[in-house]
Amino acid sequence: MNFYALFAQLLELVVALVLAPILNGWINMCRAWLQNRSAPPLLQTYYTLSKLFHKDVLLAHNASTLFRAAPYIIFSCMALAAAIVPTLSTDLIFAPAADAIALVGLFALARVFIALAGMDVGTSFGSLGSRREMFIGFLAEPALLMVFFTASLISRSTSLSTIVETLAHREFVIYPSLAFAGVAFTMVSLAENARIPIDNPTTHLELTMIHEAMILEYSGRHLALIEWAASLKLFAYSCLGIALFFPFGIPEAADPLSLALAGATLILKLAVGGFVLALIETLSAKMRIFRAPEFLGTAFLLAVLAMLVHLLLETGQ
Amino acid sequence: MNAMLLNAVPLASQVINLCAAIMLLLGFAMLAQRRVLTLINLFMLQGLVLFTSTLIVALSTHQNHLLWSAALTLLLKVIALPYILHRLIRRLSVKWDIETLLNIPTIMLIGIALVVVAFNVAQPISQLSGTITRATIGIALACVLLAFLMMITRSKAVPQVIAFLAMENGLFFAATSATYGMPMVVELGIALDVMVGMVILGVFFFQIRQQFDSLDIRHMETRREP
Repeated sequence: MNFYALFAQLLELVVALVLAPILNGWINMCRAWLQNRSAPPLLQTYYTLSKLFHKDVLLAHNASTLFRAAPYIIFSCMALAAAIVPTLSTDLIFAPAADAIALVGLFALARVFIALAGMDVGTSFGSLGSRREMFIGFLAEPALLMVFFTASLISRSTSLSTIVETLAHREFVIYPSLAFAGVAFTMVSLAENARIPIDNPTTHLELTMIHEAMILEYSGRHLALIEWAASLKLFAYSCLGIALFFPFGIPEAADPLSLALAGATLILKLAVGGFVLALIETLSAKMRIFRAPEFLGTAFLLAVLAMLVHLLLETGQ
Repeated sequence: MNAMLLNAVPLASQVINLCAAIMLLLGFAMLAQRRVLTLINLFMLQGLVLFTSTLIVALSTHQNHLLWSAALTLLLKVIALPYILHRLIRRLSVKWDIETLLNIPTIMLIGIALVVVAFNVAQPISQLSGTITRATIGIALACVLLAFLMMITRSKAVPQVIAFLAMENGLFFAATSATYGMPMVVELGIALDVMVGMVILGVFFFQIRQQFDSLDIRHMETRREP
């Protein structure tokens, strides 16, 4: 067993767990600046998490085992997803398992459990949120798969490590299909992470909320785990975007020097990405839920177009 | 094998391919856009992309007459026509007009089908052509068909005219990519035609509005001759 690969894998997991709340805090800071408010501190998400971990858990009377188990399952799904996306190195222990389709499956597993937990207690808000989540999910998932298929067609593999290696370490080539796929991916990740055109992440107790409606019954450490999982999901999607569309700087080797260099590049890229996300959220208004099919349908069609453009322009005549 | 083939393609051709992909993207964006003002801005962007790609073709193949047509594109499609359109919608006070009754997912699906058809039709043509831009003929054809679709689906007059102009963009792009552009006389003639067409249509807009109090073309169908 390659020691460096194991080390890089563990380091990636730790980096994901540590950086995810900071990324969330950074996005909130940028949003506050852009909206002319005074910003919360960068570590605000950590303060919230530690506060929640110290609180007691209050459970509804008719909450089942599933309700109590769901936060742990969701958290481990998201941690695994964030760990298998190659960000620091492509030479990882989990690299053979880090398949794009498996990753979509992991996200789907977490989604199913959070939706079930939302319906478990039986409040109307919970089941409303669950239904909307599944509605968004079933529209977003095919688009996400199509984006992955475009990248897979270019590198002839669905393994994330191979995709990153092909895109980052071959001779520099402009792939027009990736421009389409990038737009589609941005739209999908906005929808999947409950960001503004589809859902407002800062809202509580409104009829339009989706993600917050499902977790309304959670408290204490359960809520902390779910919040942490949500920031891990955002982190995983950001890393996926970086890995697919801006993979320059991700090394093939896993020695300490290149890992440190890759870490610095990653933080820089995440900072820029977070700012862009805050900019998108500030500039756009939340759309009605019935406009969501149009939004995600467009994402799907763009992803299909990316595949078509790849077949026409990039396979050679 | 794929990557090896690509590495043989020069950088200029790659940039042209990127421009072609952006043209197609803008074509879809225009198809799905409800607001008239954004539509004009998208049209201007498409002109800009067309100018860039023509310029790169001209510089990389040393075709001097293409420089002229690139300049013509910049002057006409990026500056003059958007300016006229902006003034027109301000004078007609339809600046914030929104087209309702537009089933965007269905239209986009039809658009995808059109793109597939265009790519398949263009495949044999591009094999005959020897230019460095031959792969983009399919995309140029798809742009033309998308503009056609837009003309069919829109009911307001201004978006229809923009669709007409976008179709001209697609035709021009097809000409550049298939044969390094048409003879200068033909190009000048088309440019003049588009210009004059725009002026005449501008007059038409005012006539239509005077007659029906609206720029909705559907009113013309229900009109009875006395």
